[in-house]
Amino acid sequence: MAKRIVVDPITRIEGHLRIDCEIDNGRVTKAWSSGQMWRGIELILQGRDPREAWLFTQRICGVCTTVHAIASVRAVENALSLEVPLNAQYIRNMIIGAHGIFDHIVHFYHLSALDWVDIVSSLKGSPKGAAALGQQLSPWPRNSEQEIRAVQEKLKSFVGTGQLGIFASGYWGHPAMKLSPDVNLLAATHYFQALEYQRKINKVVAILGSKTPHIQNLAVGGVANPINPDSQSTLTIERLFYIKTLIDEIGDFIKNVYMVDVAAIGAFYAEWTQYGAGVTNYLSVPDMPLDTKGTAFDLPGGYIGDGKVGSFKPITGFNDDFFKQGVKEGIKHSWYKGDWDRHPWEEDTVPQHTDFQDNGKYSWVKSPTFNGKPAQVGPLANVLCMYAAGHAPTKTYTDILLATVSKLAGAKVGIAALHSTIGRHAARAVRCAVLHDSLLGQWQSLMDNIGRGDYATFNAPVFPKGEQRGVGFHEAPRGVLSHWVVIQDGKIKNYQCVVPSTWNAGPRNNKDEPGPYEASLLGNPVADPEKPLEVLRTVHSFDPCLACAIHLLDPESREIVTVRTMV
Amino acid sequence: MALNILVLGVGNVLLADEGAGVRAVEQLQHRYVFPPQVELIDGGTMGLDLLGYLDDKSHLFILDAILSTEPPGSVVIKKLLDPPAYFRQKISPHQIGISELLAVAAMQDCLPPSITLFGIVPLDLSTGIEMSSEVNSAVAGVVSAVVKELGLLGVEVASAIR
Repeated sequence: MAKRIVVDPITRIEGHLRIDCEIDNGRVTKAWSSGQMWRGIELILQGRDPREAWLFTQRICGVCTTVHAIASVRAVENALSLEVPLNAQYIRNMIIGAHGIFDHIVHFYHLSALDWVDIVSSLKGSPKGAAALGQQLSPWPRNSEQEIRAVQEKLKSFVGTGQLGIFASGYWGHPAMKLSPDVNLLAATHYFQALEYQRKINKVVAILGSKTPHIQNLAVGGVANPINPDSQSTLTIERLFYIKTLIDEIGDFIKNVYMVDVAAIGAFYAEWTQYGAGVTNYLSVPDMPLDTKGTAFDLPGGYIGDGKVGSFKPITGFNDDFFKQGVKEGIKHSWYKGDWDRHPWEEDTVPQHTDFQDNGKYSWVKSPTFNGKPAQVGPLANVLCMYAAGHAPTKTYTDILLATVSKLAGAKVGIAALHSTIGRHAARAVRCAVLHDSLLGQWQSLMDNIGRGDYATFNAPVFPKGEQRGVGFHEAPRGVLSHWVVIQDGKIKNYQCVVPSTWNAGPRNNKDEPGPYEASLLGNPVADPEKPLEVLRTVHSFDPCLACAIHLLDPESREIVTVRTMV
Repeated sequence: MALNILVLGVGNVLLADEGAGVRAVEQLQHRYVFPPQVELIDGGTMGLDLLGYLDDKSHLFILDAILSTEPPGSVVIKKLLDPPAYFRQKISPHQIGISELLAVAAMQDCLPPSITLFGIVPLDLSTGIEMSSEVNSAVAGVVSAVVKELGLLGVEVASAIR
């Protein structure tokens, strides 16, 4: 008989992402993804000056501050047909690259690796064995027995104090945990090292974004970083060289540790290439613009239908009608008034909350579609599209990663394996390496352009009377982000953010087709309904992004996730 | 360890009272001039991004909206002796908050030795940039409390001449 489980993260105020699954014979047979929080940020923006929208939108999110800032200025620039100086594009691109690398590393190591890596088991591992394994897999100098032993001692001291600290809540000893103690220990070591490297790459964002946790350097029309090779108070050559040092250090970590760890986990959990494909329509957008108009890009994007990489259709620029006309959002199953399917410029936001209705309304998230179909967004969509577009670095890193997996698994693993839960992690690692190459390229382009004596960073916007409409899109760490603005006489008339997790976490659409989370969970095994580790694995692989707007501190310790089982 | 104080305001200013900690830092910056050993940061809703700001700090003041059984508009000041609840079961980086920041700082041996929480109990967490009047008063209370606490540490602040 089917059993229903509810995975509901109890955050500081109320749950944000709730996943309901029906489980029959140890498999998920039905799934519902429900965003549990009302956002409505768009309403705050109505009537405001479009030049300050980005300052508000970067507060939507605790991690994605930069991405909402960038999408917002691009939307207003698009509405005004405003060109952006080359230096400003390069500086923005470097922020995009550094932020993306930071985000991918933190997501893999600190938020999802522990779905696969058993920390308690790592205490039983042998530092010598883990070091030997690490040295066999990669030339990383920090796979030494000494360093691994030190990490193990540190972990033991956490356990010794009677609590596992940050590791308190994992499903340790779960039957779906399959790595040997030595592999677990090696991964735990990299977990600690990743904490150091995420700091380094985040420094790049801080320096370019003017050294505060929220970047302050953006402007509609460019960036506010004055460039003067000789002045101490501006972006100097010395600072730019420091940034280069940080970029180089993180590159070694991505290529010798992150890529290798993901390949190893993929090989040891090969059965997870069979689960979690879900919606295989993939949407991504080009990013890292290389000209002032947004018609040439370092990283391509586009659309793939039905998982057929050969069907790839590119999105070619910020004014591409294929993208502009293709996006709609529906609310048949969302807690908003009515039942429509509209273009973002035509939407309204009128909340209408009901209870959780399995066949009716059950989520605060809307249901986006691309040309009438649900689409998956994120690193997997991006990597498949870049691969299809013949992007050389993407092809190189994808091939390296798949070759490592094949070697470890002892069987040929091809690109088809990427349509899966574990494939999303693999694609994220590939994208991280691609972003790193691109970041280096942007740094060089900025240096070259400054060398040519071009110090321009800003074109002043002019707001004409009447109505203008614009879209700003950005391939954010979680996938396609788009901000849609309607400007009337210099003020914001309408504003909609279609965020990556709306694409992926959306409920059933107006044709009752499930969204990507919902579809990806179907057929997932669940060994123990009380501890649905496998459900978390698949949902985590998307890098969900719904809990971003709330930050209340709870001085008491409380559980974050409840799992309820209902018959 | 030399006196080196970080006053960290956190919260989401788009959710009314949720942004109380950030608003308190803004008021401190607006009303006073601080000596160099005091750094004030609007941390927004960031988590790990704030790690770098903790380096070499002797004291950390956290200004934040808190969950509490006290009535809305209350100010709760307490020393945090142990870093509070750690990463529990997290779904996304967006749930890395102050608790996790402190846990990671502890693991990286950069946790400031003295941590004081200046908590404000919120009333209204709906979407909007205005705070409730109760929490507005509480923010003023936190501003005075921070100045007083700095005074106890021997740090004098001057009124900003505007």
